[in-house]
Amino acid sequence: MKHMSKLALATLLSSTMLTGVAIAESHVPEGVTLAEDQTFTYRQLDEFSSLDPQIVEDVDGSDVVRDLFEGLMNQDAEGNLVPGVATGYEASEDKMTYTFTLREDAKWSNGDPVTAGDFVYAWRRAADPETASPYQWFMELMSIENAAEIVAGEADPETLGVTAVDDYTLVVKLTAPLPYFPQMTTHSTTFPSPQAVIEEFGADWTKPENMVSNGAYVLEEHLPGERSVRVRNEMYWDNANTIIDRVVALVINDENVALTRYLADELDRTDIPAGQYPRLSEEYPDEAVSFPRLCNYYYTFNVSDSGPEAFKDVNVRKALALAVDRDIIAEKVMQGGQPPAYTFTPAAVAGFEPPALDWAGMDQAERDQMAKDLLAEAGYGPDNPLSFEMVYNTSDAHEKVAVALSQLWKQKLGVEATLANMEWKVFLEERGNQNFEMARGAWCGDYNEASTFLDLLDSASGYNDGKYSNERVDELLEQAKTSDDTGPLYAEVEQILYDEMPVIPIYHYAGVYMLDGDLGGWPVDNVEQNWYSKDLYKIVE
Amino acid sequence: MVSYIIRRLLIAIPTILILIVASFFLIQYAPGGPFTSERPLPPAVLANLEARYGLDQPLWKQLWDYLTNIVLHFDFGPSFKFKDRDVNDIIAQGFPISLTYGSLAFIAATVVGVGLGVAAAIRHNSWIDYAAVSMGIGAQALPNFIMGPILILVFTLWLGWLPGGGWNGGQWQYLIMPVIALSTSYMGNIARLTRSSMLEVLNSNFIRTARAKGLPTRTVIWRHAMKPTLLPVVSYLGPVFVYVLTGSVFVDLYFSTGGLGAAYVGSALTRDYAVLLGVTILYGTLTVLVNLLTDLAYAWFDPKIRY
Repeated sequence: MKHMSKLALATLLSSTMLTGVAIAESHVPEGVTLAEDQTFTYRQLDEFSSLDPQIVEDVDGSDVVRDLFEGLMNQDAEGNLVPGVATGYEASEDKMTYTFTLREDAKWSNGDPVTAGDFVYAWRRAADPETASPYQWFMELMSIENAAEIVAGEADPETLGVTAVDDYTLVVKLTAPLPYFPQMTTHSTTFPSPQAVIEEFGADWTKPENMVSNGAYVLEEHLPGERSVRVRNEMYWDNANTIIDRVVALVINDENVALTRYLADELDRTDIPAGQYPRLSEEYPDEAVSFPRLCNYYYTFNVSDSGPEAFKDVNVRKALALAVDRDIIAEKVMQGGQPPAYTFTPAAVAGFEPPALDWAGMDQAERDQMAKDLLAEAGYGPDNPLSFEMVYNTSDAHEKVAVALSQLWKQKLGVEATLANMEWKVFLEERGNQNFEMARGAWCGDYNEASTFLDLLDSASGYNDGKYSNERVDELLEQAKTSDDTGPLYAEVEQILYDEMPVIPIYHYAGVYMLDGDLGGWPVDNVEQNWYSKDLYKIVE
Repeated sequence: MVSYIIRRLLIAIPTILILIVASFFLIQYAPGGPFTSERPLPPAVLANLEARYGLDQPLWKQLWDYLTNIVLHFDFGPSFKFKDRDVNDIIAQGFPISLTYGSLAFIAATVVGVGLGVAAAIRHNSWIDYAAVSMGIGAQALPNFIMGPILILVFTLWLGWLPGGGWNGGQWQYLIMPVIALSTSYMGNIARLTRSSMLEVLNSNFIRTARAKGLPTRTVIWRHAMKPTLLPVVSYLGPVFVYVLTGSVFVDLYFSTGGLGAAYVGSALTRDYAVLLGVTILYGTLTVLVNLLTDLAYAWFDPKIRY
């Protein structure tokens, strides 16, 4: 008997070890030798606002939280959904109810099991006005039953449409059959949080000595404004397949200093300052990378009553949009591989097929000719020149683009555009109150679906600062929220946006990074840049 | 003297109170608020946030609550941006760092600056003078936001001697560049001031008398010329001490030291009212204290001054 159990144990051990190794190497290509020191060091722009998953609102903070906590679903290197704490989910026939099945081996860093109740607690907490999360609206955006009422203080947080049927079954009830609902469970607002710890320590629960988390890493050290360090969570269910041991995030505000420190081998990843990509990609062809991101960059006309009379004429708007030589902006100004934009939605968005719009197919000379004709038709010319003011928030890169735009308009159309820059909060205030003629805008998608962009031009959108309003657009966007086949709907919206030109798309963002040659697994194909340190690895040099 | 100090400290209380009230209203006057963001928050969410931080109260009530919390609990309130931390936390973490490299920079600027100035004055119109003057002017022309990136380029990238940033509990390798970057321009000013002041003193009657008595040069300089020379320098040093602490924003931004300078400027840009006000009060109080110390130092340097 004793003999038997020993044998069984040995078999068990060797088989787990075998599977462990096999999977561990699954995200490392064959022939790659891993380095002894598995430390990943990267630059973050600013001190993060919070490490509380329900409260964090900035990109830097979300990157850390995504390592410390794990939600229902994760993303793989291409941005596809893969199991996280949930092994999978089932949607009801009407797509109004989702049932997630949770894995039973998921644990918190203190050894407690991660249960459906932890998600219920976290989601109620996110919607609860008491928590005062700046991301409360995300629960509304997810269309969870009663979320809007709870945020407005009209319903109790307990009434949120999310229930733990048992420890490993989570049921979510929606108010609309959102086709992209599962994608939203990769967002940090939806990560579980440890009730007992939060109740014990209050706002101090995110301090390294108090924090309990369920992701692949735990917080070891946090020195605000200097650095934060996370190390492996031994309790993580997939710890055997995690390769990076230690992740160091250094706060370096100035991107040129960050680049210098990268070149001095202090960092494995940093951003490339605007205009330096061509030089760096020549000097370091294996390290300088550029890939499309899920963000757009545009100028919006103020078409509200407070806007200039000229911009109420579609010919004027179209003429200005056509005369922008996007190749010059992308190749001579930004110089980082940014794709020129002829649609509001970036082509990189999943499931979005940019419609064949006239101007995308023309060459710039044709566009310029069309622009001149349209402007003349609108009654502007040498004896009645068009002039307006364009505002942007203070930044070198924005200034370069604004200068280039005003030059292009002046040369080609004789238009006088004056430039005005403003400090960020002043800019938001002025733009939000329609106190402008033309203003810079940019948006990064909250999730990988076209509506995260196009919704901005819905008449009811709080971000629609130009106050563009088109009933057909509103109608199409409403339909898209519940449609199975959104492609034609979004294509029609883009066609209307081209015909009416309420905004001038300039370019779509590119992620322009220096990535150390010995860093493997960086998800350049994940357009949202939701990266997980557990999927990275360091190669021996 | 003691009654003078007590009187000055008593005057400081209304001064700081005026500072708090004025800053409180000025901050409100700036366009935008702590929760103005690129995606405007839905009204319900904004209302919840404002209620959480007491911004839904009338201004006089907010000010009153703020003052009573300071007086009764020494609590400067929660940060509006860093939601896991409060103002006391932020100051307790950042101020010791700023104070450390700030004091070191202050000492370096004073010692080297005075030394250079004195050397230049004693050897007036010699190569030492010219070298000291050019060094002084050169240093003055290099403000910390220019020095920072240059130092990192030279010492981190080219020579590989020093880490490019961080604090590491104030280890010496991490201190060198911040201290140099912060002190050079003040060093130049102090050298220039000391030189011209000493030249003037050396030409005055009492120094001629001292020399005529046959005193050795060293005694003339150290016993008789030094104190009056330093009088204008001391009045400059007071504000400099406050500047090296408040002006440290570039040091924090370039060297990731985690000091209070970056937090201060950041709070102004993000309209983090509580942090902005808290740090303003700290720096204001510091200014009042340093001014008092400067005035007391005068009495020591100039026997004609009596309090």
